[in-house]
Amino acid sequence: MTPARAAAPATLFDKIWARHTIVERPDGATLLHVARHLVHDGSRAGFRTLQERGLRLRHPERTYGTPDHYVSSTSRALEAISEPHRREMVSALSANAKQHGITLFDLGDVRQGIAHVVGPEQGITQPGLLLVCGDSHTATHGALGALAFGIGASEVAHVMATQALWQTRPKSMRVSVNGALGTGVTPKDVILAIIASIGAAGGVGHVIEYAGSVFRAMSVEGRLTVCNMSIEAGARAGMVAPDETSYAYLKGRPYAPQGAMWERALAYWRSLPSDAGAVFDREVSLDAAAIEPMVTWGTSPEDAVAVTGAVPDPAEAASAERREAMTRTLAYMGLAPGMAIEAIKVDRVFIGSCTNARIEDLRSAAMVAKGRKARIPAMVVAGSGLVKAQAEAEGLHRVFLDAGFEWREPGCSMCVGMNGDLVAPGERCASTSNRNFVGRQGRGARTHLVSPAMAAAAAVSGHMTDVRVLMAGGA
Amino acid sequence: MQKFERLESVAAPLDMANVDTDQIIPARFLWRTRSDGYGHLLFNDLRTSQDGESKPEFVLNLPAYQAANILVADRNFGCGSSREHAVWALMDAGIRVVIAPSFGDIFFNNSFKNGLLPIMLPQARCAELRAALARNPGAKLAVDLEAQTVTGSMRVSEAFGADRFDIDPFRKQLLLSGMDDITFTLSQADDIAAFEQRYARELPWV
Ligand code: SF4
Repeated sequence: MTPARAAAPATLFDKIWARHTIVERPDGATLLHVARHLVHDGSRAGFRTLQERGLRLRHPERTYGTPDHYVSSTSRALEAISEPHRREMVSALSANAKQHGITLFDLGDVRQGIAHVVGPEQGITQPGLLLVCGDSHTATHGALGALAFGIGASEVAHVMATQALWQTRPKSMRVSVNGALGTGVTPKDVILAIIASIGAAGGVGHVIEYAGSVFRAMSVEGRLTVCNMSIEAGARAGMVAPDETSYAYLKGRPYAPQGAMWERALAYWRSLPSDAGAVFDREVSLDAAAIEPMVTWGTSPEDAVAVTGAVPDPAEAASAERREAMTRTLAYMGLAPGMAIEAIKVDRVFIGSCTNARIEDLRSAAMVAKGRKARIPAMVVAGSGLVKAQAEAEGLHRVFLDAGFEWREPGCSMCVGMNGDLVAPGERCASTSNRNFVGRQGRGARTHLVSPAMAAAAAVSGHMTDVRVLMAGGA
Repeated sequence: MQKFERLESVAAPLDMANVDTDQIIPARFLWRTRSDGYGHLLFNDLRTSQDGESKPEFVLNLPAYQAANILVADRNFGCGSSREHAVWALMDAGIRVVIAPSFGDIFFNNSFKNGLLPIMLPQARCAELRAALARNPGAKLAVDLEAQTVTGSMRVSEAFGADRFDIDPFRKQLLLSGMDDITFTLSQADDIAAFEQRYARELPWV
């Protein structure tokens, strides 16, 4: 780095990128060091490649694993995974972890859970580090000021063999949300509003930094929800500058630095926030006061509107192509143009996933469920064994069970249905997960993305409901 | 990795934006291993009905596009999950080039690792290409990686002309040589070791 460039104001992203650059080729390709690598039960192909090529894992001590996609939500016993191919995905992770000497939070360990819940919870995710995982929602970890992004199976094998990764420098984008959020408006609504505003491809090729008073005031858990869905905005990664909230969250976590090392780490972390005057390739801003509880009506996360709104009319689409796509989407979703969002009847509710299965999410859903009864099947799947234990210590499981919700074992579950927790064809699900793609929760499944509070409101009313009305004591 | 130099083939137009990797290969097939093959599962739920019947209207089911090795798609192709199976499914079904206005970032990266060439052309140009291909079912396009061009065949050259595309030189070099990047990176072992020593001094808690 030339002195002139070092002196220029840098972004949070710039600083982490520079710190992890091993080699930068004249053509721009950059070899980056990977400080933390997370693996899960879908990482089998990476281990296979390693095996086939006779390579060793270069840094087992920087690699952490937990099974999440294929685990049963009804039991912690491996045998509970009745389908042999799925069971094999989970057992292969145990075998590979043992063979390569990786730290594994396996089934039966209370620390097991969704990789993106476990990383921050254990303090594995830290500010200023480059973290990758063979899963697109790795962007989640940026909430603690890490540069974190998802990679494919070939890249997983590459990281295993070299602890490094070739990347081309992405562009930077700052999304500022200032002002105060209204009651009943959650981090999930903020990110859905951002995606609705910039589009599902709005962040392609960019790393987003979320800035402004809303994120400064937000808890780490809320920031995790926001960064999680950066990928749904098309971005490579999302991040929030570390601050006192982040340090307080990390302090004392099992894999966070301790003692004198904590002080050294803290000094580094404090140097990370974007310098005043740092330039972003793109700037977007939203007004917090204008954000309402959001609901998606279509099959792309950008198809989101306020719960007080209506299903849009393809006749008003900007182009013929868009009109055709919207018509196709509404047919799949079984919705009519102009229909009020609150008139949408829901068949089932899923509260879980790496977006919304942390303790604050469960508290928020429980507050709505408390003293009410679910009118449709609803399930709650904690993001990790520790989240589940905490919820039980607080009595939240009682609230859910009394309200007729199911209380399941941690994992990805119905977010993607790879463990068999599927939404039936044609069934409509209010889900706290991150993707409403065609067939995402099962073939023919209709997904509406909402916050945990909104999901609970749908469960107790049987249709999309403005949670603010329930909170005010109505209905 | 399969190398890529030049390809002339039938091109199929796929008129859908935001084709996510769940569409390219549904999650329920991901437990399969690479060697099981994924070609017959490409676009499974778009291609076949719930009870396994082939949907005649889906573009890749039309006889004219059976031999297509090139796909011309719309914006944000391959968005969503990081599953490399999406690239495997395309490759196994014979697709070696996808042309689109934009791609999901991870899909884009995954493509190069397997010898699938993703080409970005402007949105309006992609729309023009798709329309021309739909008007001339079975028409061919030629892709030359060295020259970084997409050209129309004799049959439809006027409609297509020639398009130049950009590509990161490092990726181009790896694709042209078929060199896999693990091998290449391992040749930089000294740089990696030196970096790791410095990193351990600077960030000893990591
Ligand atoms: S919870 Fe859903 S989005 Fe998150 S890692 Fe699991 S499958 Fe992916």
